[in-house]
Amino acid sequence: MKIYLYILVMAGVSYLIRALPVTVFRKPIKSRFVRSFLYYVPYATLAVMTFPAILHATQSPLSGAAALAVGLAVAWLGADLFKTAVACCAVVFLLELFI
Amino acid sequence: MTDKRKVFIQGVRDGVPIGLGYFAVSFSLGILAKNIGLTPLQAAVMSLLNNASAGEYMGLTMIAAGASYWEMAFATLVTNARYLLMSCAMSQRMDPAMGLHHRFFMAFDITDELFGITIARPGYLEPWYMYGAMVPAIPGWMIGTALGTLAGSLLPARVVSAFSVALYGMFIAIFIPPARKDRVIAGLVALAFLSSWAFSWLPMVSALSDGTRTIILTVLLAGGAAALFPRKEEEEAQG
Repeated sequence: MKIYLYILVMAGVSYLIRALPVTVFRKPIKSRFVRSFLYYVPYATLAVMTFPAILHATQSPLSGAAALAVGLAVAWLGADLFKTAVACCAVVFLLELFI
Repeated sequence: MTDKRKVFIQGVRDGVPIGLGYFAVSFSLGILAKNIGLTPLQAAVMSLLNNASAGEYMGLTMIAAGASYWEMAFATLVTNARYLLMSCAMSQRMDPAMGLHHRFFMAFDITDELFGITIARPGYLEPWYMYGAMVPAIPGWMIGTALGTLAGSLLPARVVSAFSVALYGMFIAIFIPPARKDRVIAGLVALAFLSSWAFSWLPMVSALSDGTRTIILTVLLAGGAAALFPRKEEEEAQG
């Protein structure tokens, strides 16, 4: 029972964090700085989360680095989300046969 | 086919690699949950209601430590604070006329990945696209956690390894296309890589949790970019 209470506390806090901004800020924010800041947030945060974490996600940093290089290359050439993800997985899967 | 249905199906398609990645990642979370003494059902409920990797990992360590509910609440707040930023960013991309119910439903699954793919699409955010992506994503995360609790490490390490880069592959596919078009974003991404790497070994900051480092760097980088390269209205209109 105690574990379910812990889970409920976690879930409640997680949901509030996610729901408050989208429900409170229902009109466009006027400040140009804040608008620009929020525009840049996704790119900054996704890039920060990708590197160097991708190197530690795999069994060997080498295969992680290879996945990063291939992912950057195919995304640059115009691959969509699905294709880029599959390319990264395939590289790791193949490389780790040998590493 | 109506537009709503079309974007829903696109969402499901883009959600599939996310669901697979979640499955593999949450498997390891399930193994941890089992070691702490959670049943498969408890682990499944935790993942269904939280949808957060680092947040749940933190939560499990708090349960293991016998923390108070206040400590649990605070730890969750800190570990998941980046979702607050993501939700703020999403609020500015929503049609002001969009109903409150969509906002409540979309908020439920603001994760790194679903946020990423939803905000990467042009124009106002499409609730049905995000719901479509939730179809494979939510069960992938929940079932992976439960099976991890049940079966331990049944998947070969190489498969887990391969799946876990799927999520990063998607991140890359989100920030590279705009970086190719916009030199500010390209610089921002390069600087993000560099600073994130530096933060992983610099004294003091490397002791912080991944979630906290992500928040600090996001605020610094996006704030710096906004101060130096504020966006013009006409650029914003293009998304």
